[in-house]
Order: sequence, then structure tokens, then C-alpha cells
Amino acid sequence: MPYIGSEDTVRDLRRVLSNPNVQSDQLRYRNTILKVIRAMSQGVDVSGLFSEMVKACATVDIVQKKLVYVFLCSYATLNPELSLLVINTLRKDCQDPNPMVRSLALRNMTNLRLPSLVEYVEQPLTAGLRDRAACVRRVAVLGWAKLHNLQTNSEIDAAVVNELYSLLRDPDPVVMVNCLRALEEILREEGGVAINKPITHHLLNRLKECDIWGQCEVLRILQRYRPQSEDELFNILSLLDVSLISPHPPVMAATLSLFLSLCSGLPAVGLAALERVRGPLLAACGNTSREMQFTALCHIQLLLRSLPGLMGEHYKRFFCGYAEPAYIKQRKIEVLVELVNDDNVAILLDELRGYCTDVNISTAHAAISAIGRIGRSYSDKCLEILTELLGLKQEHITSAVVQTMRDLVWVCPQCSRTVCSAVEGCEAEIQDSQGRHALLWLLGVYGEQVSSVPYTLEVFIDGVRSEASVGVKMELLTATVRLFLCRPAETQDMLGRLLHYCIEEETNMCVSDQALLYYRLLHCGIEETRKVLQCRRSDPSLGVLIGRPAEPINQWSYIFNTLEPLRPGAIETESATIGGSPEHMTFDPKPNNDLSDTLSYSFAPLSLSLSPALSPEEFEDLWLQQQENYVYMEEHVQCPTIFRCSPQSLQAAMQLVNIQTLAFTPPHTLPWRVYLYTNTQNKHSADTCHGTLILGELLYTGEEIQKKSKDEENVGVFTYIFLARRN
Amino acid sequence: MISQVFILSSQGDHLIYKDFRGEAGSDVVNLFYEKVTALTGDQPPVVMRHKDVHFVHVRQGGLYWVATTTADTSPFTIIEFLNRLTALVKDYCGSLSERSVQMNFALIYELLDEVVDYGYIQTTSSDILKNFIQTEAVSSKPFSLFDLSNVGLFGAETQQSKVAPSSAATRPIQSSRDQGGKSEIFVDVIERMLVVIGSNGVLMKADIEGEIKVKCYMPTCSEMRIGLNEEFSIGKSQLRGYGAAVRVDECSFHQAVRLDEFDSLRILRLCPSQGEQTVMQYQLSDDLPSAPPFRLFPTIERDNGGRLLMYMKLRCDLPPKSAGINVSATIPVPKGSVSLSQELSSPDQSAELQPQSRAVVWKIPRFPGGTQLSALFKLEVPGFSSASMLEVGPVSLSFELPKITATGLQIRFLRLSPFQPGPAQRWVRFGMRTFDSDHEVGPGPSEDPVQDCFHWWIHCLLYLSQQDDVCWTESVCCLTS
Repeated sequence: MPYIGSEDTVRDLRRVLSNPNVQSDQLRYRNTILKVIRAMSQGVDVSGLFSEMVKACATVDIVQKKLVYVFLCSYATLNPELSLLVINTLRKDCQDPNPMVRSLALRNMTNLRLPSLVEYVEQPLTAGLRDRAACVRRVAVLGWAKLHNLQTNSEIDAAVVNELYSLLRDPDPVVMVNCLRALEEILREEGGVAINKPITHHLLNRLKECDIWGQCEVLRILQRYRPQSEDELFNILSLLDVSLISPHPPVMAATLSLFLSLCSGLPAVGLAALERVRGPLLAACGNTSREMQFTALCHIQLLLRSLPGLMGEHYKRFFCGYAEPAYIKQRKIEVLVELVNDDNVAILLDELRGYCTDVNISTAHAAISAIGRIGRSYSDKCLEILTELLGLKQEHITSAVVQTMRDLVWVCPQCSRTVCSAVEGCEAEIQDSQGRHALLWLLGVYGEQVSSVPYTLEVFIDGVRSEASVGVKMELLTATVRLFLCRPAETQDMLGRLLHYCIEEETNMCVSDQALLYYRLLHCGIEETRKVLQCRRSDPSLGVLIGRPAEPINQWSYIFNTLEPLRPGAIETESATIGGSPEHMTFDPKPNNDLSDTLSYSFAPLSLSLSPALSPEEFEDLWLQQQENYVYMEEHVQCPTIFRCSPQSLQAAMQLVNIQTLAFTPPHTLPWRVYLYTNTQNKHSADTCHGTLILGELLYTGEEIQKKSKDEENVGVFTYIFLARRN
Repeated sequence: MISQVFILSSQGDHLIYKDFRGEAGSDVVNLFYEKVTALTGDQPPVVMRHKDVHFVHVRQGGLYWVATTTADTSPFTIIEFLNRLTALVKDYCGSLSERSVQMNFALIYELLDEVVDYGYIQTTSSDILKNFIQTEAVSSKPFSLFDLSNVGLFGAETQQSKVAPSSAATRPIQSSRDQGGKSEIFVDVIERMLVVIGSNGVLMKADIEGEIKVKCYMPTCSEMRIGLNEEFSIGKSQLRGYGAAVRVDECSFHQAVRLDEFDSLRILRLCPSQGEQTVMQYQLSDDLPSAPPFRLFPTIERDNGGRLLMYMKLRCDLPPKSAGINVSATIPVPKGSVSLSQELSSPDQSAELQPQSRAVVWKIPRFPGGTQLSALFKLEVPGFSSASMLEVGPVSLSFELPKITATGLQIRFLRLSPFQPGPAQRWVRFGMRTFDSDHEVGPGPSEDPVQDCFHWWIHCLLYLSQQDDVCWTESVCCLTS
């Protein structure tokens, strides 16, 4: 028996194809060709049959023609010489009285993708532009784009471009849209098709004639247009209002995109447009296609960044159905967290608790961390649920709950008592390293509140040899030293054992270096150690940031209606930062170009380290290691509009120029200060420890605020204080 | 802009591959399949990326329909296009399955060629496409004696000609043109419902989504008029008629529908194009016009041997003439449950423990209205603790209810005008398909795992699939000239 795709199959097919009896019987001929195409789409290499198929091309049977063209277009690039034989048949077909045959021939002529055939194709294409059948013109217009991309470095034919521009007035809407597409490709280097006032108005007037695909294309291209007056702008907007509430999600999304780009200077209009699409977007969330539901959900998340209250009363639309796939459930959970308010918190938490025991582990984790995030505002109810979940005694749930509690305590230190009593005794269930990492952090920081901590740590220390995770070992070191500071008598012995093991036997550099660091630190005295290790156990200033301030629309409008929001983790959530201690938590990176420009200018003479950023803890450690030689510098800078930025965007902007934020005061307090740090690049070694460490304080005393309100001038005076240390 | 389109079977077989722009190699097909099979649960599989190639895919009919594209493309457009493509293939091939795609690959290549040129969508309207598509569909449906039984002795009409099998609407649209097939119109009223009922029996959430679909097999398009209930009202304030109002919150229509008679007479006028289209969609939330079709009364306790006893009483509140079919209750149980023993009230029911989904599935093929069924499940749960009660529930119930709509929407008549030469058959089918009731037997206080702690809800979800035994009934109205 021959294998599929073996030489035998191809040989058999060739024999049948060249059999004159078969060739004379139309039905048998067509069926044989069908077999060839079937083999081709199954991945068999049938390119050897090219010359037989070229012969089969000369037929009156349109179905057979179409089949042969499918074959030829797939293999033409492998056989450029033989393809020349086809071109005659194709050119003859271009004269056929049947418009369907003409368009078919023209389309496939351009689909052969052979630069050597260009000279034969140009003439039929030119004729095709003036054909009386719309379907031929459609093909011819796009044919020019294909031709241009075949020979990108050749000159653009001005006559063709003019012809295409004039075809924008073609009675057939698809020809018009195809012209836009073709010009967009041909003139790519000049920035695409010229969008001036007459063209824009022409396109807008004919928008209704197009089908939804054409409308989307026109709306997308119009994004480049800038209206000349406000009156014109509002005329366009009112014309587009119908499309904005279109029942077709693609049209609605394309219109909103256009709205946002036209109204980039008028935030109020943009917000009104967001309100207007609420209905269509919610309808898309109930679309029968799951993929469409998912797309709508991802875009709703974007909208919520600027209008947090947009979907408030519709929270029930985001409850998960039993049979929904995990990726929809997780997005819905993320949206639900954003919609919490005093009225619905009880219902929402009840619903979320149901998801915590989901069969899909990652959905369960998402639900648990969602409860944790709600807990920043409604801690009592959430802690009750989380504690209840610990009672299930299931590995993955316990681990996720402990991580969530760790994140919660970092923001709301007042929860520590409840958390400490809850996590007691759950170390046996936690198997994964992230969960143990979180547990150790909690035990170290709140060691004095839990009576059994020394025993728990002792179990960990006894098992340290078999511990695989570096992170857990380092956290264990820190936790033990911290516990030693508050309960020295119980901990001294095990700390000694742990340090001995880590310094003498541990092979991982990070762990042994950290152990050495603590060892030397303890040599310096207990007070020094306390200063280093017990300074920060929470960051209440983060708590203020939970009810996120509404972002301006232009922070996300450039990714609206692209694939970007659908990518995993595209909408950053803090729930994603599982693992590591909360000090390592990073904020939402949001590019803010104006700010980074000003700042990079003032730092121009320095070259900052591009290597992975130091964590605040590492920085503190390094800073305290070096006591001698430092430079002190104070500078007053006038910064326009900087005070309007949220702390996150400031931080994100700083991170772009490799400056990390250590701490900042809550917004709207005076004096407002931010502590920044960074280190310079060292040319000789990649080790960051040998660069210059820079600690900065950004101080805003607020005196100018009064002045600003008087003068209507948006200027604040900032004081930079820099301390630099060279190692 | 679409770079390539391909269709893969769920096993990864290449069924269709079409490269529109010649920018990426065909190895992306295998790459896609590797990526999609390597997915862990938490990654959204709709969009995936490999270097510059972005894959967008939808799953329909057990197949992957994939388009590759660039990052700045509108996901709404691509997904809508892929859905539209599946609808076209379904119209032209009769049904969507690996087999029908394999048998009709030439037709699908032809379709793709006409629908997309150089990665730009040209048209997806079946009215335009029918002029270009030449290949005939190969129907995968085996020859059926049922078709013959419609023809009575000496051509006399039999009783059976009043109903058509549910598969009648799954033939390709174009075979009718050449084989002189029947001119038929099928109208489907489908409602899906989601109901959540809290532990105290209070309705917590109710959502109904409904649609009217028309599938048209008439080669020449004539105007069609669909009459809905005259009491049909939209929005909270509007009330019509004297009887019980049929009310929905929101309602949207297909672009081709003319609504000039809708406000006064509730008549939809349209010229259907060949194939399937959704004529009207409507939603109703937070307010059920009638009681949920099923009620669950669960009791859960532990016996002395440490086993978990679940006693479920399920009542069907439908009128006695109706019945729920394919009723299935899924009861999540504690992790590590090992064995299940069951006592069911009738032999046609079945129940099994599915360890991977951690649930007991109780199936009832047919459940007549006004009756009550009960089941007793005994589960061995090693290491059962009071906290394990948290894991029991929510119970979800899924079912199909033929010939019933939750909102009460009816089709009064279906008229074709002007009068068609030759016979044109009109078929109407109602389905409210199952509410997937989700009775949650939920967590109780950990000290007392006895039954006062029930927290249950109902998720109702109504689908209408093609495999059900709901028959099409001929529209009863007469033609008026």
C-alpha cells in the first residue's frame, strides 16, 4: 500500500492527469484535480505535477479553472519558468466576455507572486481598472498593490496612483474601499493615502453604502484626519454617532477609535463617547461567540481605566457562567474587582467565593487574589472569607490565600492580627515555593504576634538542605534574622545553625552572600541590624491608591481596537504579582513621555545602570554598607504640570530612565516628597555593587500652589536633593 | 488585514490553508497547533503570538478557525470575520464538522478566494457570493428513509408533512438551486436563560437572551413578514394589549429588517438572503415572566460512617403537556471523593462521579412537567472535614425545553408576499433551550454540616442545538394575496 504523500501518490496522479481519456472526460478530469488539491492541503508535496496542472488550466469549466489556480498560486514561486506558460491562458481569459472569468484570471495573475511576470501583468491590470464590471475593478485595484509589493524598490507609477485616486469616486463601494487599501500600501513610504478635507467628506458621505468591513476600513484610515475647525469636528462626530451605537462590534470599535483620535484635545467629548458605547459593548459581552465576548471584556477593562463608574450598575453581567472557559472567567473576575462599591460588595464577594473552589486552579487563584484586592477597601468581610478558605486545607488554595494575605497586610497593616492568627499552622499544606515565600515573609515581619513562629521556622531550617528554591532560602534568612531581633532567646540557636549552613555549605552565591551580609551586620551590633531590617513592614501610602484615579483616555486610546488588550497580562493587575515579598512589587508602568524627557535631560551627564533594577531592600543594604565619601547636592527646579501626575505615572516615568522609587507620601499632602534611588553604570564590571549609588529626595513644599491658583500658571518648584556614594 | 487563514481539526490535521499575502511560511500552522496544545489553563487562547505573527482563532464545530495577522489589527473585525466565515461554510456545506469541511474543501477554497483578496475582506454577503460560487456542496448526510416518508401514497399529503425532522435545516443552501430542491424557510426562536437562586430561594439574578433566526432556502428573494405577539413590548414603561404582556428590555434587529409596521402591528418585514441570519436579538434581565422551570430541594448530611449523603429532590414546574429533555444536574463534591452509590427514582436516569471535574453528574433524558424526581447519593470521602462542605455546590442544572419560550414570545404568522410561484414551505421552531439551572448546595457553618445551611442557586442556560429531537412545525397561517 502506498503511503500518503509518497512518491507513488504523485506518480499515480501524474499518470491519470496525462491520460487522454481522462482529459476528454470533464468530470473525471475535475475529480483527479480535486484529488491533487486535497493532497496539497493535507501537506503533501505535489509540486512535481506543475506542468500537468498548467495544461489542465486551459478549460472552459470554471470550477476546474478555480481549482487549478489554487494549485498554481501555491507552487508558482517554485517553478518560475513553467509559470510563464500559464500567463498566456490567463491573458486570454482577461478578454473573456464573462466578468467572472475576467476577475478570476486577473486575481490569479497577480497572486502568482512572480517578479518575472510583472511586465505581462501590467497591461491587463490597466485595462481592468476601466472594466465595466465592478468585480473586475475590485480585483484590478488590489492587483496594483500586490504588484507594488512584488517590486518595492521600483518607482511608483504616478499615472496609476492618479487613476486610483480618481477611482475613489467609483460607484461601487468595494472598489472605493479597495482603492484606499491599495493606495495605503503603495504610498506607505509617504505615510499612506492623502486624507484631506474633500476626500474625508466624500468617504464619510459614502460610509452608509459600505458593508461593515468597508466601514471599518474607512473609519480606520480617517483616524489620520485632523478637522480644521471645531464646527467641522462636531459635524463629523454627529455624522458618526449612528455608527458608534452600531450593533456590529467591529463598526462600533472602529468608530470609537476614530472618536478618541478626533477628540484627543476634548476629553469631555471622549468620555461622553465612552458612555455612549456602554450599551453596544455590553451587548457584545453577551454575544453568542465566546471569542467576541472575550474581546469585548478586554476592551471594557480599558474603558474602566478612564471611567471607573461606567459599568457599576451592570455588575451582574460580569458574573461567570458555570460552563465558561477559564480565560473568560478570569477577565470577568478582574472586571468585577473594578466594579465593587458599598451597595454590591456583599453580593460580589459571595459570587467570588463561589469561584474560589473552581476546578481550574488558575481561576481559583484569580478569584482569591480578587478577594484580596477588594479587601483593601473592605478588609473585614474579605478576611472572613479568606480565613474560611484556609479551612478547606487544600494545597493550592492555602498557598494562594497566604500570598493574598501577604499582599493585603502590606497595604493594610491593621489586618495583621487577623492574618497572623489565620496563617498559624497552615505551613504543612503549602507545597509550592511562592506560597512558602509569602508565609515566611509574614512570619518574619509579624513574628512577635504569633507564639508558634520559632517552631515553624525551626522546621523550615531543619529542612533547608532539601529546599530547592533560592527565593525561599533567602526569605528564610531574612525572616530568621528579623525574628531574632524580637525574640532572641528562642531564635539564637537556630539562627546560628542557619547562618553556618548558608555560609559554609550553600552553593548558591545569592544565598551565601546574603547570609554573609547578615552575619556581618549582626557583628555591627543589634541596633544597626534593627535599623536595616525592621524599618518597613507595610506601605500604607499604597492604600490610598486602591480606588485608582481615572486615567486620561490618551493613556490607552492608542491600543484600543488592537490585539494588545487581548494579550495575557496586557491590562496590568496587581493580582499578577504573585511571588516575592511585597517590597518587590512594582507598579503599573505607564509611559509619560514629557516627564521622562525633562528628567533624562537633567541626568544627562550620568549613565545609569541598565541592568535589572535593584530592589529597595538591596539598595538599602548596599547604601548602609558604605559609610564614607558622599556628595551632597541641592537643586531647585521649576517643573510645569508635574504635580498633576499620579505617583504611579511619575514612578513609571522614572523607571523608564532607570530611576527607582523608594517611597513617597500620599498624594494631596504637603509637603509632598518622593524618595528616588539609582546607581550608575560601571564600565569595568557588570556588578552593580561597584557603581555610584544615588539617593534623591524630590520635595514639593506646596508654597507655589497658592501662587498657581492666583496666577493661573501651572508651575511648581521642586527641590531635588541628591546624595551620591561611590563604592 | 489577514495574512493567512487556516482550518485545523481538533487533532491538528490541516484541513484548509490559504496564504493571502505570502508574508509568512506555512510552518506557522504547526506552530499554532503546538502553541494551542501547550496552553495551560490561565492563558487566553484567543490571541497568541510568535515573533511578528499574531494568531487569532475561534473554535466552532470542533475545529480551529485561525487567521494570522499583525498586531495593530482590530480584534473585533478578525473575530467577526472568522465567525462570519464559519456561518458561510455552514450555509454552503449544510453543517459544520470536520467531515463536512474535508468533503467540501474545494468549495471552501473558492469561498475564501471570493471573500478575501490580498488579506482584505471583500464581501461576506451570501447574496453577492451566490453569483460567484460554482462548486456544489457535497452533503455528508446519509440517505434517509424519513425523507421518503413525507411523500404519501399517490402524492397525497400525509400527516407527517406537517412536521419536519430537526435535521431538515442542515442542508447546503445551494443544492436547492440545481436539484430543484424545496423552497423552504425555517424560523427559529431560541432563548438562553441564566438564573441564579440564592440559598433562601430568592431569585438573585435572571437573564434571558433570545434571538429569532431565519434560514432561507429560496433562490429568489421575496418579501417576508413575521408577525410577533401584539402584546410584545420593549422597555420597562411601555405596555401593550390587555393580556399578559410579553416584555423585553432591549431589542435589536438585523440591518435588512424594515420596521415600518413594527410599532403598530409588531410585524417584521425583510427580504431574507439565502442562508442563515439572525433577524432579531433581545434581552431581558432581573425579571422573569414566569417561575423557573425547575426547583431543587437539596439535603446534605453526614452519616455515622463518615459518608456524605446528598438527597436531591427535583421538581419540574412546567405545564403537564411540556417536558424538559436532556436534563443534567452537576453537583460539585469535595476533592478526593472516591466512590458513589446512588438510588434513583426511575431506571432511565443515570448518575456518575467524574473525578477530573470533581462532580457528580445526574442525567435525566426526559422530565415531564408537573412531576418530581429524587435521588440519593452516598459518597465516600476520605479525610472528610467540616470544611469540605464548602466544596459542595453550586449545583448547576442544564436542560432543554422544546416548544417553550421564557418570555412568551410567539410567531403569530409568517407570510411571503408577493405570492410565490410553486410551493414554498415555511417552518417554525421554538426552543427555549435549557436553562442550565445551577442549584448551589453551598457552604454552611463549619460546626454544623447539617441541612439548614443550604445556599443554592440556579443557573439557567438555554441553548438550541441541532441534534435535539425538536421537530419543525409548519407555520399554520395561510397565505394572503
